[in-house]
Amino acid sequence: MRLIVHNMLSCNIRGVVNKFPLRIEPEKVIVKEVDFNPDFLKHMIAKIDWKALVDGARSMGYPELPDHPPTTLESDESFLRKFHHSLLELNLEEGSLVCPETGRKFSVNKGIPNMLLHEDEV
Amino acid sequence: MPPRIAAIPLVSSHRELYEPCDDSFALVDALLADRTHLIENNPKVCMEIGCGSGYVITSLILLLKNEVPGVHYLATDTNPIATRVTKETLEAHGVHADIVCADIASGLEKRLAGSVDVIVVNPPYVPTPDYEVGMEGIASAWAGGVNGRTVIDKILPVVDILLSEKGWFYLVTLTSNFPAEICLMMRKKGYASRIVVQRSTEEENLLILKFWRDKDEECQDKEISSSFVSQFSKSISSLMEKQWR
Ligand SMILES: C[S@@+](CC[C@H](N)C(=O)[O-])C[C@H]1O[C@@H](n2cnc3c(N)ncnc32)[C@H](O)[C@@H]1O
Repeated sequence: MRLIVHNMLSCNIRGVVNKFPLRIEPEKVIVKEVDFNPDFLKHMIAKIDWKALVDGARSMGYPELPDHPPTTLESDESFLRKFHHSLLELNLEEGSLVCPETGRKFSVNKGIPNMLLHEDEV
Repeated sequence: MPPRIAAIPLVSSHRELYEPCDDSFALVDALLADRTHLIENNPKVCMEIGCGSGYVITSLILLLKNEVPGVHYLATDTNPIATRVTKETLEAHGVHADIVCADIASGLEKRLAGSVDVIVVNPPYVPTPDYEVGMEGIASAWAGGVNGRTVIDKILPVVDILLSEKGWFYLVTLTSNFPAEICLMMRKKGYASRIVVQRSTEEENLLILKFWRDKDEECQDKEISSSFVSQFSKSISSLMEKQWR
């Protein structure tokens, strides 16, 4: 699971209010190289919850992102590279995603998060 | 050179999993037929719900890859085996999508609302008793409940939440799913629709429908509704006649 997906996942248990972001408990993190595409990154940054990304990357052992993204991205390649690495190259291969309100754990196996609920949670 | 789609020998399989069939091929044919439009639409986020073997999402990626770089692809399935096999199929073709094991788009709806530009679905559409829907194993790939509509009718409102303003939705249906009624339900939510591919096999009559938001389509009027259904039925019958001739 890449952080671009983590940024889009929330706990969907019925009645839960504080459902995002899910806290990452990593067991195995791998890095997979992805082609650098500045246009894609510039488009994505508006959609990304920055704090969730920073905390997510930190929990996966990459503390390099600034607390706030720079206001102009154009000239800032070194920033874009870090953003790229965090968003698209870090992969949670094994671990859990934990709901901030209920503590419910969603497992991640072979890089795939399992968001299916038990019957009494729907 | 014709656009590339997934190669069957590279599609992973598993005995508990739906293999690419006529419906999968018809859906990919619809995407191929609409490829130029898809490229012009310049999607940023594309998603498949119910990815099974991964044949469809892999094909979608391959057929847009060179013309539309920097697209984020997502795929979901309730069957954990399907999610793993889809991953293998994608890897065998050297492409990538983010996979989530989810019920339709559970867990993704809140943050992805209004941002998906293309959604493709080949749902479980075979009419069965309702209790067969969502059972463990291979049956959940095709068991569609009453009129084959139980899962489809759950998918429609989710699609409405996820689709962006310029978003397109491709759906596999059978004539026995009452597709005119599906189009009418979507029309009430403000969507226009058309049939992209029609195909009759020995067992089934497949239609690939495409939906898009259209401000003029919002209609609550009963009269328009019934004339819409009869118009739609006529267009299906004429399509099928053409094929049989
Ligand atoms: C007809 S198969 C299509 C598989 C593949 N997309 C293809 O075209 O070959 C339907 C798929 O939808 C999945 N499915 C069924 N119900 C679902 C749901 N509620 N949410 C997500 N996927 C579902 C099944 O596990 C199965 O893989």
